[in-house]
Amino acid sequence: MTGYRILDPDGNLLDGARPRLGPEGAVEGLRWMLLSRAFDARATAMHRQGRFGTYSPVRGQEASVVGSSMALDPTVDWIAPSYRELPALVRHGMPLERVFAGYLGRGKAARIPDEVRLLPNQVALATQLQHAVGLAWGLALQRKPGVVMAYCGEGASSEGDFHEACNLAGVKRAPVVFVLINNQWAISTPRSVQSAGELYRRAEGYGFPGVQVDGNDLLAVYEVATEAVERARAGEGPTLIECLTHRQSFHNTTDNPRLYLPEGWLEQAEREDPIRRLEAYLAAQGVWDDGVRAAVEAEIAEQIEGALETALAMPAARPEDLFDDVYADPPERLRRQREELLGRAGD
Amino acid sequence: MAPLTMIEAIRDALVHEMERDERVMVLGLDVGRLGGVFRATHGLLERFGPERVVDMPLAEGAIIGSSLGLALSGLVPVPEIQFLGFTHQAFHQIGPQLARYRFRSRGRYHCQVTIRAPFGGGVRTPEFHPDAIEAQFVQTPGIKVVCPATPADARGLLLSAIRDPDPVLFIEPQRLYRRGREEVPEGDATVPFGRLRIARPGSDLTLIAWSAAVELCLRAAERLEEDGISAAVLDLRTLVPLDVAGLVAEVARTGRAVVVHEAPLSAGFGAEIAATLQEECFYSLDAPVARVAAWDSPYPTGPLEAWYLPTLERVVEAARRTAAR
Ligand SMILES: Cc1ncc(C[n+]2csc(CCOP(=O)(O)OP(=O)(O)O)c2C)c(N)n1
Repeated sequence: MTGYRILDPDGNLLDGARPRLGPEGAVEGLRWMLLSRAFDARATAMHRQGRFGTYSPVRGQEASVVGSSMALDPTVDWIAPSYRELPALVRHGMPLERVFAGYLGRGKAARIPDEVRLLPNQVALATQLQHAVGLAWGLALQRKPGVVMAYCGEGASSEGDFHEACNLAGVKRAPVVFVLINNQWAISTPRSVQSAGELYRRAEGYGFPGVQVDGNDLLAVYEVATEAVERARAGEGPTLIECLTHRQSFHNTTDNPRLYLPEGWLEQAEREDPIRRLEAYLAAQGVWDDGVRAAVEAEIAEQIEGALETALAMPAARPEDLFDDVYADPPERLRRQREELLGRAGD
Repeated sequence: MAPLTMIEAIRDALVHEMERDERVMVLGLDVGRLGGVFRATHGLLERFGPERVVDMPLAEGAIIGSSLGLALSGLVPVPEIQFLGFTHQAFHQIGPQLARYRFRSRGRYHCQVTIRAPFGGGVRTPEFHPDAIEAQFVQTPGIKVVCPATPADARGLLLSAIRDPDPVLFIEPQRLYRRGREEVPEGDATVPFGRLRIARPGSDLTLIAWSAAVELCLRAAERLEEDGISAAVLDLRTLVPLDVAGLVAEVARTGRAVVVHEAPLSAGFGAEIAATLQEECFYSLDAPVARVAAWDSPYPTGPLEAWYLPTLERVVEAARRTAAR
C-alpha cells in the first residue's frame, strides 16, 4: 500500500506522470523540508540542554506537511495545525523567531501575528478539526474567500472529534481540507491498533472524497492537496487526504522509541526518506547538486541561528502573562490576584 | 519489600490485583508494549498478555465508555487516561454515565472501574497535561475521588479502589512519581477510603492538602517550625469520601486552618473544606480558614508555572497570617 504517487522511492518519475509542481516549486519545497529537518536538529539539541520545551520533530513527514501546505494561498487560506507541522506554519507566515520564542517559553513574544491566518498549535488531539470546520463554514456563510487546511495524525483520527468534524463538514460542504498524516505511530501505538479499516475511505461515509497519497512524495502530495483546495474553493466541499509516511524520530523529546519500534522499522523508513527522494529527482532534472545543496543548507543555518538569536533577545515571560489574556475584561477577583502576584514578583 | 517509588508502588498494586483477581484488566493508550508513558504498566503485557493489558485506539471516550461496558460484562477494568486533562475527551462517559450508572439503573447495575490518571504541575509538561481538575469530578456524584501523596498510600489506596464496587477516579501526582522511595506494606495491605492521614502532627495550626500539595505543606511546616509555629499537615487522601469527622477533630484542636491546592482558587475543593469547617466547627475556629491555590487562570506552559502554582512562600505567609489572627 503506497497511495497515489508520482515519484518512486528512488526519485524516478513514474511512467506517464506529469507533475503539477514544476522544478522551481519543487526546489522551494525541498528548501522548506531541509529547513524543517535543520530546525528539528536544533530543537532537539536545545531540549537536551534543558533550554527548550517539549518538541515533536517533523522528521520523515516533511513531504506530507510541506506538499500539502504549498497548495494554500497564505493571503486567504487558513491552517488549523496539530503540533508537528512546523514548516507549514513558517511557510504560511509564522515568523521563525516566534516559533522559537514559543519553545523558549518567551510568553507573548510567541503570539501569532494578526495578519497570519493560523490557529495556535493544538495539543488536545483532534479538537482543532472541529474548529477548522466551524471556521470554514463561517467563511463560506460570509462569502469570504479562503480554505481551511486542518492537520491531524492517524492516532487522533480515532477520537470522536474526528468523526464529528468530518460529518459536519460533509453536511455543510465546508471549504476544509483534512490532512491526516499517517506516520504509522501514535507514540508507541501502531497504526493497526487504531482502526480495522482504511482511514481515507471513511470520507465516503461522510459524503466527500477521500484520497490516499504517498506522503513521502512531495509532488504527489502537492497535486492531491491542490486539487482538494481547488474543490473547496469552488464550493464543492471537503476532502480527506491520508498521507502515508513515517515518523523517523521519537514521538517527542521525552519519548524513547527503542522501547517499542520493531527491529528494522526505522531503517525501512529511512530508505523511503522524502528528502532523498526529492533530491534524486531534482538532480535528474538538472536543478540540484551537492553545490546547490551546500549553499541552501548554509542559508538555512544562518536563517535558523538568526531567528534563534532574535528569539533569545525577546522579552522573557512575565508574571502578568498569566492573567492578561484570560478575559477581555477580567473579573475583579482575577484583577486582585494579578496585583497580589505582581506585588510578590516585584519583591 | 525494598523501598519503592510511587510509580513502582502503583505498578506493584496493579500486578498484585491482576494476580489475585483474573477479572482485572488494564486498558489505555500506550499501556502495553511501552508500559505507559510513565512506565506504570511496565512488564504487565509480558506477564498477563494482550487480553488483559490492552493498547487502545486513541479515544478517551472509548476507553471509559467501553470500560463501563466491560464492567457490566463482569470484568474489572482499570483504564488509564494518559493525563487527567484528557479526561475531558471522556467526560460525557464519566460524570453522566460511569458515575451515575448505579443510580440511573436503580441499583440494577454497578461499575467496578478504576480510572487512573497522572496530573499536576512542576514538571514542565505541555498544555493540558498538568491541569488539576479533580474538583470537577466531586461534582458528579457516584464516583469516588482518590489522590495519594506517598508511595505507600498509592499502593494501598489503589488496592481499595480496584476492589471497590463503585467507580473510582485515582489521580497520581506526576511530580512525585519518582521523587523518593519509602517502605511500602506488602500483600493485601489496603488503605481504606475516607480516613485522612496526619502527615505531620502540630499544635498551632493545621495545613490541609492532598496529592502533591501535601509535600509542599510538609516543607512549609518545616519552615514554620523555624518561626516557632507548630503546623500539623493533613493529607485528605480521598476527596470523595471526605473524612469530615477526622477533619473537624484535627482542626478543632488547633483552631486554625489553611487549605492548599494546585487547582485554581474559585470553586476549588478548598472552598468545600472551608465551608465544611465553618459548618461543623465554627465555634472552635480562632481564625478564618485560609486558602492558598493556583490563580483563576488556565494552567500556563513553560516557565510561567513557577508563578502559577502555590509556592512555599505563599503557604508560609498564609500560615503566619492565620496563626497571628
Ligand atoms: C486528547 C488527547 N489524548 C491524548 C494525548 C496524548 N498524546 C499526545 S500525542 C499522542 C499521539 C498522537 O498520535 P497521532 O495522532 O498519530 O499524531 P503523531 O504524534 O504521530 O503526529 C498522544 C496519545 C493528547 N495530547 N490529547
